[in-house]
Amino acid sequence: MQAKIILKVATKSIMKSRMRSLLTALGIIIGVAAVVVMVAIGDGAQRNVEKSIASLGTNLIIVTPGTSTSGGVRGGAGTFNRFTMDDVDKIKNEATLIKGVSPLVRSGGQIIGGTGNWFTQIQGVSPDYLDIREWPLQSGEFFTDRDVMARSKVCILGMDVKKNLFPNDDPIGQQIRIRNTPFKVIGVLSEKGQSSVGTSNDDVILAPSKTVLDRLSGGRFISSIQVSAITTDKIAAAQAELRNIMRESHKLVQGEDDDFTIRDQSDLSEAATETSRILTILLASVAGVSLVVGGIGIMNIMLVSVTERTREIGIRLSVGARASDILVQFLTEAIVLSLSGGVIGVALSFLIAYILNTYTDQSAFIKPQIIMIAFGFAGAIGIFFGFYPARKASGLNPIDALRYE
Amino acid sequence: MENTIIKTVNLTKTYQVGEIDVPALKAVNITIGKGEFVAIMGASGSGKSTLMNLIGCLDMPTSGDYFLDGVNTSKLTKNEYANIRNQKIGFVFQGFNLLPRTTALENVELPLMYDRLDKIKNPIKQAKQALDKVGLADRMHHIPSQLSGGQQQRVALARALVNEPAIILADEPTGNLDSKTSVEVFSLFQKLNNEGITIVMVTHERDFAAFAKRIIEMRDGKVIKDSPIKDRLDAEAELKKINEEAIIAE
Ligand SMILES: Nc1ncnc2c1ncn2[C@@H]1O[C@H](COP(=O)(O)OP(=O)(O)O)[C@@H](O)[C@H]1O
Ligand SMILES: [Mg+2]
Repeated sequence: MQAKIILKVATKSIMKSRMRSLLTALGIIIGVAAVVVMVAIGDGAQRNVEKSIASLGTNLIIVTPGTSTSGGVRGGAGTFNRFTMDDVDKIKNEATLIKGVSPLVRSGGQIIGGTGNWFTQIQGVSPDYLDIREWPLQSGEFFTDRDVMARSKVCILGMDVKKNLFPNDDPIGQQIRIRNTPFKVIGVLSEKGQSSVGTSNDDVILAPSKTVLDRLSGGRFISSIQVSAITTDKIAAAQAELRNIMRESHKLVQGEDDDFTIRDQSDLSEAATETSRILTILLASVAGVSLVVGGIGIMNIMLVSVTERTREIGIRLSVGARASDILVQFLTEAIVLSLSGGVIGVALSFLIAYILNTYTDQSAFIKPQIIMIAFGFAGAIGIFFGFYPARKASGLNPIDALRYE
Repeated sequence: MENTIIKTVNLTKTYQVGEIDVPALKAVNITIGKGEFVAIMGASGSGKSTLMNLIGCLDMPTSGDYFLDGVNTSKLTKNEYANIRNQKIGFVFQGFNLLPRTTALENVELPLMYDRLDKIKNPIKQAKQALDKVGLADRMHHIPSQLSGGQQQRVALARALVNEPAIILADEPTGNLDSKTSVEVFSLFQKLNNEGITIVMVTHERDFAAFAKRIIEMRDGKVIKDSPIKDRLDAEAELKKINEEAIIAE
């Protein structure tokens, strides 16, 4: 038979058993759409977490006081347990594998200025900080090392603060009062979005570290040191180098535990992706179940129609069809059905993903591989069970196929 | 016989049901010439259908040879079997065996789809002519469930005819039909036979066998009697008689 006739026979046959075809296709449609959407939701969540981790800066290394191995703060370590500017300076002077280093001094308080007041956190940092966090300014300029040394009362506003205090005006050059101390706004940070813990990165004011230490935190210590490695593949080496410098700085002797903890992004993301990984596994199992259920549905429909189809095969054989004619016809039918079901299923999942992304907080991200997997799996089921009666019956004598019960 | 179209030599068929051998055909030797009209008779289970299926190349013998048009079919491949079914034989079953949900025309076209030699140039026209021949030109687009038993069997006959076969084989073609419809079908057979087609049919009733030219009787898988018919009936005339009787009855 020519290809045209084969296709015609297959399409006719599909149209003749509309219900069977529809149910088969439906099994594939639901199977494919369920898998694609479920995995897309998992991947969407994963991507959100990755994005927020990446928003920390890709080469970021964070040094925090206290040891993570012995459960928090070491009792006898005393003042060595805190970081000082000396630690920061030592890193700055001695480390070779880092691009930038900045202390982070945390404070917080009431801000008055512009159109009202706002409660936010104030972070004392060095000029390297923007580069470490890969966080460009939207307008204005950042403070300099000289501002740090001089403990200048200048500050940079995060986008949330700017929107709340200066919704319509340009804040640059304006005065604000941070806990009653006047500061001059010299820059505004670009919008960064959510952090990995769900809070806004933009609800912050940056000021020179020494200004914050002396004027706002009342002698408080540096809460962490933020460092960026020169390149991503040097992160591990930079961590080792940092460790040596810190041990030296804290005069730890051989055998004594670290009184600080060094973490990089992968450590941070590990913790943060844990929840989204559980979500992904959960969703994938649900999707897997629906794929199996869809597959069983297809199987059922196909097997129920085996008797009818075997008789059809007997009729075709008895008027002169060859086994190969039958195989080609049934294979074509199964492929046409599975393919159209698969295409509709994928289209449906794109529609659902679009709706989720547009109208809900849930984000869904469809990876091409998932389409391939779902399509391939559902297609294989459809083709196998569509082809199964043909494979069995085309080898029979026509009379045996006609007699089949 | 130069004229021979069907010749079986010790044709034997034994079915296997589990461990048990069921001998259905025991060394049958028959010869049928071109243009003959043979009725095969015999009790149920005597092997008539088995013989028909072998002659129709729908099944393969356990042993023995079957020569069709001088060709020994036991040497043929499955595909060559398919070609014979397609080109040389038209088979009519007791149970019609039409494709469901498929129009009469499409059912009749079916054999032409598998016509590898492209013997027939215009399949649709050919199928319509075949339907016309069995008097169903006006039922072309009906599906089997919209047709009576007699009409379905006539569609099946049109399907058997469409490839212009040398032989028509019919296994109890009227087994599911009432007697008047049966006679109508036999009148078609007689018409076709008059046009030169060889016909072999199985029938239960001696009355119907009289429409043929020769009777072969079987018992327990063997031919027990083979004789020409002396008082052959004309189905057309019988049909007239039946119609007249019906009118008188009213
Ligand atoms: N497919 C089969 N499997 C097993 N035995 C069969 C099969 N077909 C027919 N038979 C047996 O072969 C014998 C002849 O059957 P068949 O040719 O159908 O007889 P008839 O058509 O004369 O009634 C019977 O005994 C029947 O039971
Ligand atoms: Mg029988």
